[in-house]
Amino acid sequence: MPSHHRAKNVAYDDDDVYSDEDYVEQEEDAHMTEEDKEQMRLGTIQVKEALGSTVTVSDKEIEESLWHYYYDVDKAVVYLKNKHTPKTAQPKKQKTTPVSRFDQAASAVSTSKQSITVSQPLPSIAYPLPYDSFSATDFWKDTPWLNVPLHRLGVITMEPKFPRGGLLGGSSSNPKPSKLAALAAARKKKQEEAKSVPPLTEADPNQKADSDSAVALLDKLRLNGKDKTTPTTPIPAPISMKQKPVERKFPIRTRSPSPPPAAKVSSNEKEATKQELSQAPIPIPDLRAIPSTFASTLCGIAPSPPKRQLLEDSFQLPYSTVPQFANTNPFAGPSPDDIVRNAQAKGKPVKKDANKTLTGDKLADSVSKMTVDDTKVKSKNLNVVEEFEKSNTKRMANFVVVGHVDHGKSTLMGRLLYDLKVISDRSIAKLRKEAETIGKSSFALAWVMDQTDEERSRGVTVDIATNYFETEKTRFTILDAPGHKDFIPNMIAGASQADFAVLVIDASTNSFESGLKGQTKEHALLVRSMGVQRLIIAVNKMDTIAWSEDRYNEITQQMAAFLTSASFSPKYLTFIPCAGLTGENVTKPLEMQQAPWYTGPTLLGALDTVSATLASHPLTKPLRITISDVFRGGIQNPVSITGRLDSGTCQVGDTLIAMPANETAVIKAIELEDQPVDWAVAGQISTLHLAGIDAVHLRPGDIVSHPSDPVKLASSFTAKILAFEHVLPMNVDVFRGRLSGEGKVQKLVAVLDKSTGEVVKKKVRIVKPGEVARVTVGLERVLPIEAGMRVILREGGLTVASGIVETVEKEGK
Amino acid sequence: MRLLKQQIDQKHGSGFARLLPEEPEDMWHAYNLIQPTDILTARAYRRVTNEYGSGSVSSTRVPVDLTILVESTDFDVASGQLHVSGKVAAENTVVKLGAYHTLDLELQRYFKLEKGDGWDSVALEMLREACDTERKAELWAVVMGEGIANICLITEHQTILRQRVEVAVPKKRKGGLDGHEKGMQKFFSTTLDTLLRYLDLSSSSTNTSANSDKDKTVPLLLASPGFVATAFLQYIKTTATNANNKPLLALLPSILVAHSSSPHLHSLTEVLSSPAIMSKLSDTKYARETALMDTFYTLLRKDDGRAWYGPREVEHAVDRGAVGRGGGVLLISNALFRAQSVEERKRWVALVDRVREDGGGEVRVLSSLHESGRRLEGLGGVAAILTFPIEDIEDGEEEGGQGGSGGGEGDGEMII
Repeated sequence: MPSHHRAKNVAYDDDDVYSDEDYVEQEEDAHMTEEDKEQMRLGTIQVKEALGSTVTVSDKEIEESLWHYYYDVDKAVVYLKNKHTPKTAQPKKQKTTPVSRFDQAASAVSTSKQSITVSQPLPSIAYPLPYDSFSATDFWKDTPWLNVPLHRLGVITMEPKFPRGGLLGGSSSNPKPSKLAALAAARKKKQEEAKSVPPLTEADPNQKADSDSAVALLDKLRLNGKDKTTPTTPIPAPISMKQKPVERKFPIRTRSPSPPPAAKVSSNEKEATKQELSQAPIPIPDLRAIPSTFASTLCGIAPSPPKRQLLEDSFQLPYSTVPQFANTNPFAGPSPDDIVRNAQAKGKPVKKDANKTLTGDKLADSVSKMTVDDTKVKSKNLNVVEEFEKSNTKRMANFVVVGHVDHGKSTLMGRLLYDLKVISDRSIAKLRKEAETIGKSSFALAWVMDQTDEERSRGVTVDIATNYFETEKTRFTILDAPGHKDFIPNMIAGASQADFAVLVIDASTNSFESGLKGQTKEHALLVRSMGVQRLIIAVNKMDTIAWSEDRYNEITQQMAAFLTSASFSPKYLTFIPCAGLTGENVTKPLEMQQAPWYTGPTLLGALDTVSATLASHPLTKPLRITISDVFRGGIQNPVSITGRLDSGTCQVGDTLIAMPANETAVIKAIELEDQPVDWAVAGQISTLHLAGIDAVHLRPGDIVSHPSDPVKLASSFTAKILAFEHVLPMNVDVFRGRLSGEGKVQKLVAVLDKSTGEVVKKKVRIVKPGEVARVTVGLERVLPIEAGMRVILREGGLTVASGIVETVEKEGK
Repeated sequence: MRLLKQQIDQKHGSGFARLLPEEPEDMWHAYNLIQPTDILTARAYRRVTNEYGSGSVSSTRVPVDLTILVESTDFDVASGQLHVSGKVAAENTVVKLGAYHTLDLELQRYFKLEKGDGWDSVALEMLREACDTERKAELWAVVMGEGIANICLITEHQTILRQRVEVAVPKKRKGGLDGHEKGMQKFFSTTLDTLLRYLDLSSSSTNTSANSDKDKTVPLLLASPGFVATAFLQYIKTTATNANNKPLLALLPSILVAHSSSPHLHSLTEVLSSPAIMSKLSDTKYARETALMDTFYTLLRKDDGRAWYGPREVEHAVDRGAVGRGGGVLLISNALFRAQSVEERKRWVALVDRVREDGGGEVRVLSSLHESGRRLEGLGGVAAILTFPIEDIEDGEEEGGQGGSGGGEGDGEMII
């Protein structure tokens, strides 16, 4: 292994070197990356804003300073201000009593430079260059391809005579010192400076050109610049291309080697920035040096062909020459942050009003509490009801697909999704292939919904499958329920989330009849007893009976008779003949020759029609979400729940309480149909990503509500039930959505009249099928059950009764 | 339970029995036998405080045979412990008469029981049953669903829920199938680990460690709706093979898989009444009781006046001699005999005696710790299958509500 390590280390070193080179080359090729340009552009604007009208500085200068300070706007501003407000020496002295060595050095250098600038006309000020004059093409435009005139030829500077220090590799002429070397040099230099500040100022820059470890980036540049420019003053622009990286590289690559002073400065500057932000033009102490001599010299001495000045500090902003560029100022309007802040400021008073109408002031309290919660989820404090009304989104409808096992529910839904292009051809082809390999080719479409191995190998749906599609008018959520009688609890869970139901019936001989004895009947009764009133009866597999009208009529008549007896209103029943496997009359209308007798809508059309007649959901009632699943939504969201909002609204940042665990959580994010949203309203099946709660406290069937109006736990309840089987005092499973619990019918209170609800008979010994009765059900464990909820009682695989909870006995406390 | 000595006068039921509990199950029998007003003698440790003349106090724990007049009993089902408290009724060296003491009955430590108002027929029957030396059927059952498993031990007289396993299994979700599979694996492994902890495969038999001669493996029943039980069996097989777990491999042939309609414990009723299971368990009391309860429910559904439940109704039927020879069965929960009040107990004993002696009917005492007994308890603890139908047991109050039910159907808008 050691050899391996060595190799690895070498590799790392290589990487370093190469990356350096890459970097350098990149700079050579394109002077700035796009990012740099963008940064520069933004920076320039910011600096301009910061400087305000008090100081007039050219763009070029700003850019130059930004470049030197590596886009640090604050520093650049300070620097520019210092430069253009000459009388700042005194405030600086006052303010910077604890001047660090670095600062001393820097200020000393800067003063020395100032003296230089005084002696020479300041080029950058005297020369406010036109903004668009620095494009490379402009610069080179009068240069012939070959035979470049002598005065335009680049000057190649001499290589240093002493052995180059620093790291090996790299294409730069001036070696990049190793980090260690740089650090050592910096230290040494600092010591020197501390010892002799005045000498340093007078020292010949040439001496220091080699010990280029950087006191400050600016210093570094300046010294180098001086070094190079002094001998070649007449020929300003075409500096050897090789030199550029040297100067460029440093401001970018090296950090200031003396962190404490830098921190000091930056903290000073932060204050300054704050002041600037508050738009009080307070003179900033002169902490910064004037522009580099290099830059000054370049600008000042070669004024004759201004367009040819290709200063390494100047650069071309992308598209800056395009006239639109000037107009499109992205910072003209308020920033997105400002918009949010304003909205919050506006939202707060509104929310208070909303609270009064919604859930009282307690909610406001809980919201204010929530802000100190360590999970730190910010609520936008939206008035969700208003937002919902404003949003004007498409109608949303959830429907459950029910019916006897093997009547083709999943296949029909698979077909619907496939024809609506929700499922791609490719994935269908893939499913077909997989289905064929295990010899169940007809199951391919059902596999769109049946995704677990077990479901596929056994060919039955086990659990609810959810999928989405939309038409022009409505966004639908499909809840594909299992038909097998063992999975009726899952079907109940699905049906409890639905607004309406699609009952799938196999039209082929015997299938329909067996279904009517089995789950066709049970499912129809269940969806009805869960409050679903609108029903689409999809008479499926019409292709197997050759679209026989007689058979269809027979089925519709029988079903209509049965469903009306199950207290479905005939006007809410829609019969649709279709064929899921082949896809007739699902989304595409029937062809005439197949069934000339049928002129009605397609299944999709019927879905649209029915969804238009749905009642609105109780938005203003207290929030109730029945958890249908708890899962890990990813690394970001360790605890996520899905469920339908039975009533009320919620939004990101709300605190919720889960019952019966009695644990609170904060909504981190909400997803609706896999899209992130800010709020959710009753009727929607949403995914909530929670924070501040462990998954063990959440179980399917639990109810989530706001802490201000939590759901109560019941140890027993009295319900008005419609019996499907004989009801005796007996053990039952109590179902409510995903919730299921053990219970016991403790007392048969009375038999009631079906339509009036009056007591017909007290002292009941047995409730016969079809009778309506009032019973008391005791629960093995406390469950979140409230008056008005619909419950289903099952025993031994049979649905015994369904009912509405009238009163609940509270937990015995 | 071993009957060490018995001196019971068959005529008036006076006398005592000395018993030695050997299995946890025996505690359950003792719980049913020992009533308030009974006189119980057992070994106990009593802390005795001695005060010396100098004023110094020392306390010692002294083993002593105490005789108490039972006032209340307390039975912990899960641990099988029975505590009997009452006043000391016989003089002894360390405790004063009338002082309270709670006797903790323990396995392998005999006790002597004398009935306060004599050994009645029910008590004698219980005693006989308790001392039945026949090999008792035992069965471990796991009633499970997705993410929930009830591990229980079914014995002749008890169904003891040993452990309830609940593991959150994510439902199937678009793009989240992994979670479901993983969750199920986790659930299976948790359930198997828990189960093995209770089964204690290393020793030949289950918790009947006292009888080392019983080395027959106890059957394990897996029941669930859907395919969970089958999948769990598959998981056990895979685990056993992979880990080469010999005891577990040996267990495999004795595993039964059955269908239940819910993952809750009360669907055991349904499991045990299924023909496949019945054939294997027909000798157990449980299965017989379950079958009897099912018969009762069927008759009740037929509503032909031959099945009645509730104390008053059943007593009425017995008075009329309807629970007699040729099919008359009285089903009674043993919880009724544990009634604290003596009159209450006498009432039920009298009922049982009447059915047995006068009518010649069959009497079945159902254990309140079995699911069938629980079902019976829901019906008031007592039910009867009659030999001939009786229509009007109820005293005719509030008759004539039948007319109302017809109207609702046509309206379409029901109150539900």
